[in-house]
Amino acid sequence: MNRKAIDLWVGIFVAIGLAALLFLALKVGNLLTFNEDRKGYELEARFDNVGALKPRAQVKTAGVVVGRVESVRLDKKTYEAIVRLHLFPEYQFSRDTIATVNTSGLLGDQFIGLEAGGDTVMLKDEDFIKKTQSAVQIEKLISQFMFNKAQEAPAPSVTPAPTAAPTPTIGAKP
Amino acid sequence: MNGILRVLTDLGGSVTGGIARLGFAARFLMAVLRLSGTTFARPQLLLREIYQAGVLSLIIILMSGLFIGMVLALQGYETLVRFGATESMGMLVALSLVRELGPVVAGLLFASRAGSAMTAEIGLMKTTEQLAAMEVMAVDPIARVVAPRFWGGVISLPLLAALFSTLGIYGGYLVGVRLIGIDSGAYWGQMAAAVDWRHDILNGVIKSVVFAVAISLIAVFEGYDATPTAEGVSAATTRTVVTSALAILALDFVLTVLMFRGGGG
Repeated sequence: MNRKAIDLWVGIFVAIGLAALLFLALKVGNLLTFNEDRKGYELEARFDNVGALKPRAQVKTAGVVVGRVESVRLDKKTYEAIVRLHLFPEYQFSRDTIATVNTSGLLGDQFIGLEAGGDTVMLKDEDFIKKTQSAVQIEKLISQFMFNKAQEAPAPSVTPAPTAAPTPTIGAKP
Repeated sequence: MNGILRVLTDLGGSVTGGIARLGFAARFLMAVLRLSGTTFARPQLLLREIYQAGVLSLIIILMSGLFIGMVLALQGYETLVRFGATESMGMLVALSLVRELGPVVAGLLFASRAGSAMTAEIGLMKTTEQLAAMEVMAVDPIARVVAPRFWGGVISLPLLAALFSTLGIYGGYLVGVRLIGIDSGAYWGQMAAAVDWRHDILNGVIKSVVFAVAISLIAVFEGYDATPTAEGVSAATTRTVVTSALAILALDFVLTVLMFRGGGG
């Protein structure tokens, strides 16, 4: 095999190898949308508890992804979690937007849900979302439920009198 | 009594011998790196080695990638369909290939296809005293023979691993979308949503570079260190494949722990 042919084959090899890398980065790894992420604006929100929320988690409104979680850190004075959100530039939210920590499905990943309000003033870059609702902790819900049940019927084995108490509401804030 | 003593002596001898070889290998790597200048000053040498190691391994890498992707899709479907999560097929195929199977299987194939050839070539050069002849002509065999092969391997494997993953993802597409009938948009969309270019793809590339350095070093070292007989070259070739395979799998474990442990994947 002469030099020219070797050069040609090595050129083809390197070219398709780099093309494969590019394909992986762009099509599979979504490098393009990652760059798009850089545009947009940042908001912060304080939560009592964010559960298992992680950076790069989704921010959704009505089920549509409108941004990503940038970072989660702790306020050293108030011991609240500060979640930094990166929102895509095409979406604007009013000042009275409510941010909640949600779980997709029963055991799925956690994400931030934004519920738009009616205010005409929109949130700007580096603003705080004032109304937030923390993650629902299943353990707390269960313990609350058990505790309520125990209080309602102190000794069910001795007096089997029918207690007409309404079933406790579990949707309450933990 | 004498027999026990001999067993112990042999054991100690093989341990100290192994450690000495490890030290020699480290010194050898330093020498290769120091004498790499010639390789890049004369690209014809490097191109020939990339051709030998990379281009000639293309067919086996591409075919294996395609088949592994197809098998992944079939096996993944069997499990995912129980949970009604067949839309996640793209994610499953892409993550398995990019993170693990691409670098590891391409590395194993590369070690058997190209690493063994490197060892045999250098070992035979040593046996036929071509290396000694070069030294007589004041040509350093490490600079002229070893370093180009080392760098040829280091450059080729990451590209081969990327091609392996790409073909695997295409194979998964063929089976998952064309044969089984998963939605094409779900296949690519789930994949794009789950694979992070830095966390998954860059780490996969780093893995393949580390494997490339390990395999190439083992291959050229075993050839250079081979006993200059027909038997010695054959033993060295076998050692290259075995040691490379073990090195790939052990390094893969270490790298996976470093890269993906609790990193919020």
